[in-house]
Amino acid sequence: MENDQDKVLNEVTTGEYKYGFVTDIETDVIPKGLSEDVVRLISAKKEEPEWMLEFRLKAFRHWLTMKMPAWANLKIPEINYQDIIFYAAPRQKPAPGSLSEVDPQLIKTFDKLGIPLEEQKRLTGVAVDAVMDSISVKTTFRETLAELGIIFCSFSEAVREHPSLVQKYLASVVPYTDNFFATLNSAVFSDGSFCYIPKGVRCPMELSTYFRINTSNTGQFERTLLIADEESYVSYLEGCTAPMRDENQLHAAVVEIVAERGAEVKYSTVQNWYPGDRDGKGGILNFVTKRGMCKGDDSKISWTQVETGSAITWKYPSCILRGNNSTGEFYSVAVTNNYQQADTGTKMIHIGKNTKSTIVSKGISAGFGQNSYRGLVKVLGKAEGARNFSQCDSLLLGDKCGAHTFPYIEVDNPSAIVEHEATTSRIGEDQIFYCNQRGISTEDAIGLIVNGYAREVINKLPMEFAVEAQKLLQISLEGSVG
Amino acid sequence: MKSEFLLQIKDLKASIDNKSIIKGLSLEVKPGEIHAIMGPNGSGKSTLANVLTGRDLVTVTDGSVTFEGRNLLDMSPEERAREGIFLSFQYPIEIPGVSMVNFMKTAINEQRKHRGLEPLSASEFLSQMREKKELVEIDSALTNRSVNEGFSGGEKKKNEIFQMAMLEPRLALLDETDSGLDIDALRIVANGVNKIRSADTSVIVITHYQRLLDYIIPDFVHVMFDGRIVKSAGPELALELEKRGYDWIRKEADIAEESWITDRKL
Ligand SMILES: Nc1ncnc2c1ncn2[C@@H]1O[C@H](COP(=O)(O)OP(=O)(O)OP(=O)(O)O)[C@@H](O)[C@H]1O
Ligand SMILES: [Mg+2]
Repeated sequence: MENDQDKVLNEVTTGEYKYGFVTDIETDVIPKGLSEDVVRLISAKKEEPEWMLEFRLKAFRHWLTMKMPAWANLKIPEINYQDIIFYAAPRQKPAPGSLSEVDPQLIKTFDKLGIPLEEQKRLTGVAVDAVMDSISVKTTFRETLAELGIIFCSFSEAVREHPSLVQKYLASVVPYTDNFFATLNSAVFSDGSFCYIPKGVRCPMELSTYFRINTSNTGQFERTLLIADEESYVSYLEGCTAPMRDENQLHAAVVEIVAERGAEVKYSTVQNWYPGDRDGKGGILNFVTKRGMCKGDDSKISWTQVETGSAITWKYPSCILRGNNSTGEFYSVAVTNNYQQADTGTKMIHIGKNTKSTIVSKGISAGFGQNSYRGLVKVLGKAEGARNFSQCDSLLLGDKCGAHTFPYIEVDNPSAIVEHEATTSRIGEDQIFYCNQRGISTEDAIGLIVNGYAREVINKLPMEFAVEAQKLLQISLEGSVG
Repeated sequence: MKSEFLLQIKDLKASIDNKSIIKGLSLEVKPGEIHAIMGPNGSGKSTLANVLTGRDLVTVTDGSVTFEGRNLLDMSPEERAREGIFLSFQYPIEIPGVSMVNFMKTAINEQRKHRGLEPLSASEFLSQMREKKELVEIDSALTNRSVNEGFSGGEKKKNEIFQMAMLEPRLALLDETDSGLDIDALRIVANGVNKIRSADTSVIVITHYQRLLDYIIPDFVHVMFDGRIVKSAGPELALELEKRGYDWIRKEADIAEESWITDRKL
């Protein structure tokens, strides 16, 4: 048995990363390193107003006083901030109005990634904001959305065109002092998406941002701000990839969501940053702060994430349930294969009365991967009738990987009901053989088992992406038989 | 060149962790034949099934196995399955989260692909499910669940026969499919086997009890002892074993008393 396990484990081969190519395009790159001058330069490149620069500088000065957090269950390589390029942009006219103004190389790149920027070739019912390195390349379907009063554009454009909205909501959920990486992002963020859904509007299509890192040695620091005004609804999807490179690349993003009274926001992520090679060399270091505020009564924010990429994932999409009867949800599948590490989970902060939260976390570890769930359920004194249900499952493939759970529960209201369930299971050699004996190959058997295990989460994704996510799960575990 | 045998095992030797388990075994099965293999616990019956299905914890050290004239030992487990070898497991495995429907559909379509056929449409597949469910009188409540998850011992065995009926194998290996079955289930399982058996389909029944052989009448009965077939005869042999036990065969086969006793202690 022992021998067999070993043998099977040694068969761990590269699940080839399909998106590892580099686009050869002329890029506007600033010198490496981080200083107040660099922050000013970024702001100048983006022709930002004074208030935006002030925000960046405040954040930068605060960041200088901070230390990188050490509490996560991660082995993080030393990050030299003077060795990173903080701004790189494909050289083109800013904010191209029509597709003919977009560099054909860029169109080709996004085509290759399966993200057509031409609207006639669009995915049915999905509007896309495509971001390469530090800038937004193209946002599709803006006119259609504008008819409903929906604003969907790059963050930079929002700063220019909708300054009052940005000023009202920026950093209202993730303050610039929040944490080391969020503060860094506040200082140097490049681009990202901005979205505003007006009162009473149901956004008729999926909104999606696709992030692509291209230039080497660059950090990607995008910022997304999503505002759902009263009684509105939006479903938002984020995808990301990067070329294969031997050195680590830093990604530190911030996503803020505000849901006003009766609004509902679904935010889905399919994270497929380059995970590094099978020996753990290279890969994206992914330090992301995502937080939503259920500001008004009866509002709802739902996070769904399928995390298969990155060398390191540090990410806790959270909900602050301030409005009465507001609801927060977190559905997650996180895969760590080879030497990938993930420390991910959520925070549900119950402030309003009768607030509800649901947490479903499915960790999958293979190879030498280390997968930790870290979650906080906090019920404040006034949160009468708060309810939480948490389910944290771990699936292990082989015996060299690890799964860990760190649930924190803090309840200050006696009427609260908080439930936590956890399971750990293993894909056994006997299960694989049983499938083999029915004519199902080992790869397909793992796909079946893993997708069965993750189904509850995958089902929460918009249809078009659920299929993609299933394939991705299988690919990211290719060869890692347990 | 097509062989007259569906399965031909010659002088097979196999070991697990360097411990020799199958110690020189030969067996020939023609299309349509039913063979029963009996023998005491630990004699190597399941190990033989493992060799035939390609489980890699068993290492073949000598001998040959051909299936329809082709070297079986060269094929991967899934290839053997797609070629038509089916094992009804002595201990069926639970696969939580994988629905029976999804599992069976994948299995059938893999087999069809292997044979150059188009995948079944959803409606074709479902009507096949319905037909075979009736054949083995298996409850829809079971086929709507995850593979074997939480099934009772007897339900698992019935589910094996259901899968067999779905996959229509050329060679079915039933490893103690009768154990743990109540009288009705035993009859149903036996009926299932009899219904799929045809001029082409051969069956190897591994069992400890005559009662299954009352329903599935074998052409041959073999007795396995310590990794070898020590006696082969017609169906009357099973009846005799039921009456007299294994002792007389052991003596007849002249197996060294000492090694037998030490083996039993292990
Ligand atoms: N995975 C294994 N590791 C070590 N030894 C094994 C393993 N599987 C089987 N054996 C040994 O091989 C021998 C034959 O076992 P096998 O399961 O083939 O017997 P069997 O005839 O099927 O018995 P039963 O009637 O009890 O099912 C036994 O001594 C058993 O302990
Ligand atoms: Mg056995």
